[in-house]
This record gives sequence, structure tokens and C-alpha cells, in this order.
Amino acid sequence: MSITAEIKKDYIIKLAKSGKRVDNRKFDEFRKIKIETDIIKKAEGSAKVTIGNTQVIAGIKMDLGEPYPDEPDSGVMTTAAELIPMASPDFESGPPDQESIELARVVDRGIRESKIIDVDKLCIIPSEKVWMVFIDIHILDYDGNLFDTASLASLAALMTAKVPIERLKPILENLQEKHPSIEKYLKEHPKDFPLPLSEPPISCTSAKFNGIVIMDPSLDEEQIAEARLTIATDTKGDIRAMQKGLNGSFTVDEINKVIKSSFDNGKKIREILYKSVGK
Amino acid sequence: MKTEIKLIKNGKRLDGRKNDELRPIKIEAGVLHRAEGSCYLEWGGNKVLAAVYGPREAVPRHTQNPLRAIVNARYNMAAFSVDDRKRPGPDRRSREISKVISEALENIIITEKFPRASIDVSIEILDAEAGTRCAGLTAAAEALVDAGIPLKDIPVACAAGKIEGEIVLDLGKEEDNFGDADLPIAIAPRTGEILLLQMDGHLTQKEFDKALDLAIKGCKTIAELQKKAILEKYQKNMEG
Repeated sequence: MSITAEIKKDYIIKLAKSGKRVDNRKFDEFRKIKIETDIIKKAEGSAKVTIGNTQVIAGIKMDLGEPYPDEPDSGVMTTAAELIPMASPDFESGPPDQESIELARVVDRGIRESKIIDVDKLCIIPSEKVWMVFIDIHILDYDGNLFDTASLASLAALMTAKVPIERLKPILENLQEKHPSIEKYLKEHPKDFPLPLSEPPISCTSAKFNGIVIMDPSLDEEQIAEARLTIATDTKGDIRAMQKGLNGSFTVDEINKVIKSSFDNGKKIREILYKSVGK
Repeated sequence: MKTEIKLIKNGKRLDGRKNDELRPIKIEAGVLHRAEGSCYLEWGGNKVLAAVYGPREAVPRHTQNPLRAIVNARYNMAAFSVDDRKRPGPDRRSREISKVISEALENIIITEKFPRASIDVSIEILDAEAGTRCAGLTAAAEALVDAGIPLKDIPVACAAGKIEGEIVLDLGKEEDNFGDADLPIAIAPRTGEILLLQMDGHLTQKEFDKALDLAIKGCKTIAELQKKAILEKYQKNMEG
């Protein structure tokens, strides 16, 4: 824990005991969320999400590639996150550390396991050529709650992404000699088309310190947190992904409350998300 | 495979610019909360973000200089900033650009004021379209000003080049790919000293003189935009 976090700890806990937070939020209230989409011209889809002072850009790139042998008819997706030195004085350059990898994997699971991307529709030639979807997450400014900011940025970027048929047409046409079925594929898909997606679950993160559970922790709150819980819920209120972090614990009662509050916040965030992508 | 495309038609360049015309540039200072200084810059199709941390104790300690601060600029391209996804992390090209930018900035920072410290500059290319090193250096300079680092001048960069036998300012995407020469420079606008200079392609001595002159003129135009952006930040702060 940094020195400043240690100094602020007493203050944050004292405020929390009288039901308050440093930025005047309620315990179950998110900071202001802003989503901008289609900001990177070179990317197939992109979004910048701001939650409070935390800023994240997610960009989608697509390319042709080979499927995994155990799923020959499905497209491939990968997620990578970079905690670049720009975002915090504590982030160092170099290969991805534990924290970036946990972040990328939690976001990846949220998208992969909830099957938001219809990967079956991303097959061009079974066992040979499929679409690869790369989600790259760039953390620009770090003030807590990277999980939700990064997930939301990835979702918004996916929802605005277009499969780049036109850019890769020369390569696809070159493949035609070897794989005549590409001609049919190109006839059916003459133009860039939106990435096939289904309803996305929304992830909400809570943190616990001194027996108090709060939603959407800022950096100061995150640094004194004993336990963290991320829950993704869908439109029906079902739970689609969970991740507990840090060495503290939750009671069953606390978890139930967090689920309820994640669903309520998720509903509001989904509205902001849909509005930002024009849905 | 050589693609033949006409880069100049009826006296106008592909994007409609005149030979001595810059692409549109937008500079905004102080856009990040955590960094001590920051800048967002759009230059044609380039989108660049720069942030400054420091002066702070240089680590590892053997990098410290007992007489002055060291300057570490890190130029990094986002995976999604180019047509074919770039693998994250530094490659040889970005390491070289980081080095020449660091050296250019070091010249202008009054490093003697901060012995044993490092001044860390992070340059992120979010969207790339020819001329990212010039855009990156220009944004980094603005972020240094925003961070309040003592400088002798505000460095600024711009390129000139040769297409279809003509000397032009600020090469665009196709001009960079199919042109004959590219000359990116950075200067200290007050004295006109040159802080960064690279060239690839083919120029006669006469063409070089003309290109350098044009690039310096471009730098001076951009220098005014840098000053305007930092003033705007403080104006906004006073109003808000």
C-alpha cells in the first residue's frame, strides 16, 4: 500500500461509518459513466469508457486465421490488456504482469463464456479459415475499477465493430484458387458487416473494507480494500460471471446484497451502453 | 510489387492540400487525471496521447546521473492503431523512435535542476496515419509544459518530403508509402536549433535546403497551436 493510501485510510473509514464516501456517493452508486464509440479509424471497432477519472480504450482488430483443431467451425477471439506507464506512476513498461493478465482474463471470460460473440458465424472455411477477433485494452488513466471500465469498453467496441471484408478482399480473392468455396462466401458477404453478437451481461465490481461493502471503488478505496467481488448479470437478472479477489472474505448475506445491487446498476449501465452504440 | 498512383493531380495533393499545407491539427492539454502532465493531439488521421511523470527518483539506481535528470520517453503503438494488428510491446522501430525522441527532449529540459531523477514521458499512438513520431514528440512537449517541467523552449516536430519530384509539407499516408523522401525534424522554435533530424529516400542538396526550410516553417505554425492549447487549459480552469 502506498503512503498516501495509508494516510487516507482512516479518513475513508471514518466517513464510511457515517454512511458517506469521499466523493459523496452512496455505497451502491457508480461514478459518472461516459462512453464514446468509433474513435479509432484504423480499428474495426473501438470505444473509450470513462468511469469517474478512470479512462480505458478498447479496440477491435480482425484478421484471417486458422481455427483451433477442437473447434474447426468457430472463429477465434483473444483479449489482451496493457497497463501502460501512462495510466499510473506505479505501472511499468515491459511484458504483461500478473495484474494485466488477471484483468485481460476476467474480461475475456466475461465475453467468451457468456457467448456474446456468435463465433459460429465467423467461420469462412471449416478447419481452414476463420475470423480472428482481437480485443486490445489500453488503460489510459487509472483511478480504480479497471474490471468494469475495461469490460464495458470491450463491449462497446465489439458492438460497433464491423467485419472488414472490404479491407481483406484481395487476400480472400487470392485464396479463391485453393478454396473455391470462398467465392460463395464473398457473394453472401459482399460488404463489411456488423460482428454477430447477442445480449451482453454487464459487470459490476464491489469492494469491502472494515465490514463495509461499496460499489465501483475509486483508487483510494481500492487500495484499502480487503476483498473485491465482480459480478456480471444479464437482462433477466441471471448471473453470468463472478470473480472474487484479494485476501479478505465476504459473508453469504453480503454476497446476496452485492448480486442485487450489481443487477440494479447493470440495468442502468446497459441503458448507457445501448444509447452509446445507437441501439 | 510497385503500385503506381498519382500523388499530385492538377496541382493538388490526394487529400486536396497545397504543397505547403499541414493536415488539420488539434491539441488539448491536461486530459488525464493521474499523470502530472498530459496532452491529446490529433494530426490528420493520427490520434496521440502523451503523459509525463516526474521528476522522480530514477530506478534502477544505476541509471541515476549525479549531475542531472535522465529523460525516458517511451513511444508505443496501440495494437489497434494500424491496419494489421500490431503485437503489443516494443519492437525495434519503436525503440529507435523512443531513443531519438528522448534525446531531443533531453536537450530542451533543464535537467541540471534534478540530479538523480528521471523524467518519464509516455507516448501512446492510438490511431496511426503517417508522421506519428512528429505527432508524438509534439504531444510529449506539450505534456512536459503541462507538467510544469522547466524547459528552455517548447520543442515541436514536423516533416517535409518529396513526392512526384516536388517538395511538400507533412506527408500523408499514401505520400509516405509511395513518395520519394521523408524528412522529419524537431526544432526549438525560439532559436531554430534542430533537435531531431532523420531522412529517408533521395534528395539533392538543393531539395534538402527547400525541404528543411519548409519543415521549419511547419514547426513554427504548430508551435503557435501548442501555446494556444496550454493557454486554453488555464482559461478553462479559471472559468470552471
